[in-house]
Amino acid sequence: MAEMDTSSSGAGKKHQGTKSKKLSTRVDMTPMVDLGFLLITFFMLTTTMSKPKTMDLIMPKDTKDEKEQNKVKESTALTILLGKNNRVYYYAGLAQDPNASANPDFFKATSFANKNGIRDVLIKKRDEVAQLRNAKGEPEDVVVIIKANDDATYKNFVDILDEMAINRIQRYAAVDISDQDKQWIRQTETANTGGAQ
Amino acid sequence: MPKVKMARKSTTIDMTAMCDVAFLLLTFFMLATKFKPEEPVTVVTPSSINTKLLPDSDVIMFTVDTKGRIFFSMDGQPKRKKMIEDLNSQFKLGLDQKAMNNFIVGASVGTEIKNLKAYLDMKAEERKASGLETGIPSDSANNELSTWVNYARTAQGGNPRLQYCIKADNGTPYPKIKEIMQTFKDLKIQKLNLVTSLESIPPGTAAALANAGTAPAKKSE
Repeated sequence: MAEMDTSSSGAGKKHQGTKSKKLSTRVDMTPMVDLGFLLITFFMLTTTMSKPKTMDLIMPKDTKDEKEQNKVKESTALTILLGKNNRVYYYAGLAQDPNASANPDFFKATSFANKNGIRDVLIKKRDEVAQLRNAKGEPEDVVVIIKANDDATYKNFVDILDEMAINRIQRYAAVDISDQDKQWIRQTETANTGGAQ
Repeated sequence: MPKVKMARKSTTIDMTAMCDVAFLLLTFFMLATKFKPEEPVTVVTPSSINTKLLPDSDVIMFTVDTKGRIFFSMDGQPKRKKMIEDLNSQFKLGLDQKAMNNFIVGASVGTEIKNLKAYLDMKAEERKASGLETGIPSDSANNELSTWVNYARTAQGGNPRLQYCIKADNGTPYPKIKEIMQTFKDLKIQKLNLVTSLESIPPGTAAALANAGTAPAKKSE
């Protein structure tokens, strides 16, 4: 491996016997290349290239004052519930009426899939609400209420906030889940597992 | 008498160019990257489309692992020094210089304040095995998380660029995140940063269209 390049002087050696041997100035670079790549590998493995990104989360003030609280209209609201195993449940409105679940189409389950998932639901609702007009005649904004159940993970939470950014929904809020919502999730889960067996 | 010489081809290759390339790459990697920060736990953050960079300094970072253990870290050794001195005098921990130094130069810390002395006396490798690495308690009965935030905030001394970051794992249970958010809310801190990794914007969505729309719009301004 480590040898000098002497090929040019080797061929005519017989006839140039008296000539003193010319030393080549070329150095074998192979070990140096080895060292270089070793260091590259080391730096590639021990360092980070991409810096982490951050997502801003601005939380509302806890206020007891009724006047400061924002009121959400039933018609512009969409409630999203995060359950276990990355399931997403949603229904239109705020479900102030506990008998709303009598309608089988009211409480629906979906997923975070790119197609036919929660994104399509959000887009549909957003466009529907944009058709509505408020008292001043301006288009309404959809208000998304996010309620995460206790067995939801942080990933689900970030994913749903990300969906808000992806679909450019300006108004959303993370709210504590109610017992009514928990019960609906349980009912849907038992209905689904019962149907599968 | 002229003799036709057959030039014998050498098998050795000139490595100079390759060497140049290798060291060029080496220089690039040395300059463009930084060492992975020492972490007590490995955390895989969820991905989002946000492109805002996490700042290098003026950050109070809480790392939350899969089991919901909370770890505290903060940049700036003088600030860490002030903080541990404050904690030491306030809670009468009786930390010696060595333990304090461990906190100042060390990585994240995640234990109850009453165990802090024993925790800091250990080397980073020993902590994992000791069972003291239980995370900072954040439940309402014993909310030490707010203590840490308060002391860290004091140590930062009213820094206007200060940001609170939460770096949680994909599998962290949501109730833990809710507890942390509630703690910050109680401290009247409304703005949090969630650390995420980058993911591409799905095509055809509003954000993708807006991004495509803003590029030429900015030019016309």
